[in-house]
Amino acid sequence: MAKLDQGPPNYKEMLPPIIKENYGKWKYHEIPRSGVLKHVSESGAALYSVRVGTPRLVSIDFIRDVCELADKHTDGFLRWTTRNNIEFLVSEEAKVQPLIDELDAKGYAVGGTGAAISNIIHTQGWVHCHTPATDASGVVKAVMDDLYEYFNSMKLPAKLKMGLACCLNMCGSTHCSDIGIVGVHRTPPRIDHEKIRKGTEIPSLVASCPTGAIRPDPKNKSVIVNNDKCMYCGNCYTMSPAMEIYDAKNDGIAILIGGKVSNARSAPSFSRMVIPFLPNNAPRWPETTEAIRKIIELWIANAQKGERIGEWVERIGWEKFFTMAELPFSDMLIDDYIFSRETFRTSAAFKY
Amino acid sequence: MTEKKTPLLDELEKGKWPSFVSEIKRAAVRTEAAAELLQVLERSYVERRGHWKHGGIVGVRGYGGGVIGRYVDEPQTYPALAEFHTIRINQPSGFFYNTKTLRTICDLWEKHGSGMTNMHGSTGDIILLGCKTEHIQPIFDDYSDAGFDLGGSGSCLRTTNTCVGPGRCEFACYDTLEACYNITNEFMDELHRPMWPYKSKIKFSGCSNDCTGSIARADCSVIGTWRDTLRIDQAAVKEYAAEGFDIQGLVCAKCPTKCLTFDSATQELSVVGEDCTRCMHCINKMPKAIQAGKEKGATILIGGKSTIVQSAFMSWVIVPFMKMDPEDDFAEFKDFMRRIWEWWDENGKTRERIGETIYRVGMGKFLRETEIAPVPQMVFRPRANPYVFWNQDDLDTSSVEL
Ligand code: SF4
Ligand code: SF4
Repeated sequence: MAKLDQGPPNYKEMLPPIIKENYGKWKYHEIPRSGVLKHVSESGAALYSVRVGTPRLVSIDFIRDVCELADKHTDGFLRWTTRNNIEFLVSEEAKVQPLIDELDAKGYAVGGTGAAISNIIHTQGWVHCHTPATDASGVVKAVMDDLYEYFNSMKLPAKLKMGLACCLNMCGSTHCSDIGIVGVHRTPPRIDHEKIRKGTEIPSLVASCPTGAIRPDPKNKSVIVNNDKCMYCGNCYTMSPAMEIYDAKNDGIAILIGGKVSNARSAPSFSRMVIPFLPNNAPRWPETTEAIRKIIELWIANAQKGERIGEWVERIGWEKFFTMAELPFSDMLIDDYIFSRETFRTSAAFKY
Repeated sequence: MTEKKTPLLDELEKGKWPSFVSEIKRAAVRTEAAAELLQVLERSYVERRGHWKHGGIVGVRGYGGGVIGRYVDEPQTYPALAEFHTIRINQPSGFFYNTKTLRTICDLWEKHGSGMTNMHGSTGDIILLGCKTEHIQPIFDDYSDAGFDLGGSGSCLRTTNTCVGPGRCEFACYDTLEACYNITNEFMDELHRPMWPYKSKIKFSGCSNDCTGSIARADCSVIGTWRDTLRIDQAAVKEYAAEGFDIQGLVCAKCPTKCLTFDSATQELSVVGEDCTRCMHCINKMPKAIQAGKEKGATILIGGKSTIVQSAFMSWVIVPFMKMDPEDDFAEFKDFMRRIWEWWDENGKTRERIGETIYRVGMGKFLRETEIAPVPQMVFRPRANPYVFWNQDDLDTSSVEL
């Protein structure tokens, strides 16, 4: 019989001795090189963490490979980060270089520290979800391949965090990332009346629509969608399998920028849409990788030291950003949802 | 296993970033499910659409969540994916592992599933990706024997998550790892048996750098902070200055409250303690010279969520400072959570996150009914409109006669 409610394994049993001894007594840290953190405790003990990128979607073979490396170099201790990188926890400086040499030789991606692009927090996409408007793993691979030089170096003005969500549910961190990549639909759902009659709870379906575009159709024991009110969020499909919304020709990607969660300097902020649509050009999504690279290069060339993308754009002004980025500005980028008014410019101060 | 071509996906084995396609191919050597996953995905790349049907309800005895049902839309073509469910396993605090534990995870998954995983899901869980319905209970039984439990799914407390905290960070203002472990265990029932209007997430960050993104990704964001003045080591400040580090430009000038002063003559850094908003910037820049204060705890913020339905919300301050004490078993926090969940359970509509409920009903009513005293720290600025609700029973009705 399975034990119920036993909870997660106890983390204490998996901490390396150096962490147990210096728990809560860390004094400072340094980043001696890209991909390596050095944490020094009050006792003088030093812990080295060697950070390695992962595709997040991994086989058990990958995990076993990583275990072999950890047994050989770190007495079997390692952890994952909140951005799905792996950190090998090395307790002696002499063991750092041999580990890195082996990682390099085997083609692992060492990096992701400091003023770098770290791993992209992402979702299921076509691999496992039923509501996606784009793939997750493929887009992430394409973008990270293109920007790899910023993963294994620390030459950016500040940290750059990216998130990808394959639909407007926006699982993960897209809404609060320096660069957010979001799968978007552009056509209304197609109603399967037969399926609705067979088992959709109509009041819940009607209530799921943020814009009130769905109303009951009692005569048909189904619903009607007012296409003029639908902005294709797909929440109705989440509620009912009768509201299929994927559309191979018209689904794609929107780009948002400027979000952050840390409180350093400025308050946490949402990312804002700057490109409403790019096509799903699998397997490499060239329009998406190119658009992102362009924005990042503009930021590198123009930001002050230490300025996150959002802080840079807020300083120069969004109107200036659009000019500099040579991005078309359309009404699609002007908010018309619930909290829109606060995004309008209620001031006569702006740049031409 | 039949060799089938995947020309589009093969493209994604090139390049320097580790390839998920290579990972699926490795699993495909072992299992038909992974081999067919590759085929379906190739087809999705050609057709630019997903091939998964709407989720179904599957699970284990005794729990109402933890497993996400998934079915391919053409089961005749892809029989090994006819059922391809995900199992969420509750991860250890801070994602700390030893290889023995990881190998156990792999061995059990090799026995029952597709061999594919996500390390980790966005909420924190270990994701076991793809198994048949009949295997779900045996999988749970085996993992349970090995000391694992399921994570959350549905309208429940979801799996909690934490930053690395005191395990390896000098900035941590409370024991995030222990808080996450202890508090998760306290609310096992709420996690495993969905009983609320909608999902509810807690994330623990040791300081306002917020490495779990709690403010944007959790209904309850527990963000470490301190109440007294930050501590400055002047000798270490001088070392930074001697190395040519631009203390004035990169630290003082960027302090949001301009409460830091660097005296270039004496090479000393001073702070007006009561003006500091504990944003972490100066500590991040000069970790050897500046430390948090000594009186530590956490700020509790409520309401964070993603877009659906009312727009994305960031959590906002409800309790400016709370002790997070392992000694008393985090009693104050647990009591606080019970109170606000109980209120939400009473007032929340179906599929309404707690932030949306508070927004709809009003902060005033929420605070009165949960007996939380309003303080200015809860708002960026007070309201601009005069449309204030007064409790009519509180008015001095005697004035009517004057
Ligand atoms: S949130 Fe703060 S305490 Fe936690 S790991 Fe990040 S910097 Fe350290
Ligand atoms: S923590 Fe932030 S607000 Fe406080 S002194 Fe440092 S930079 Fe200024």
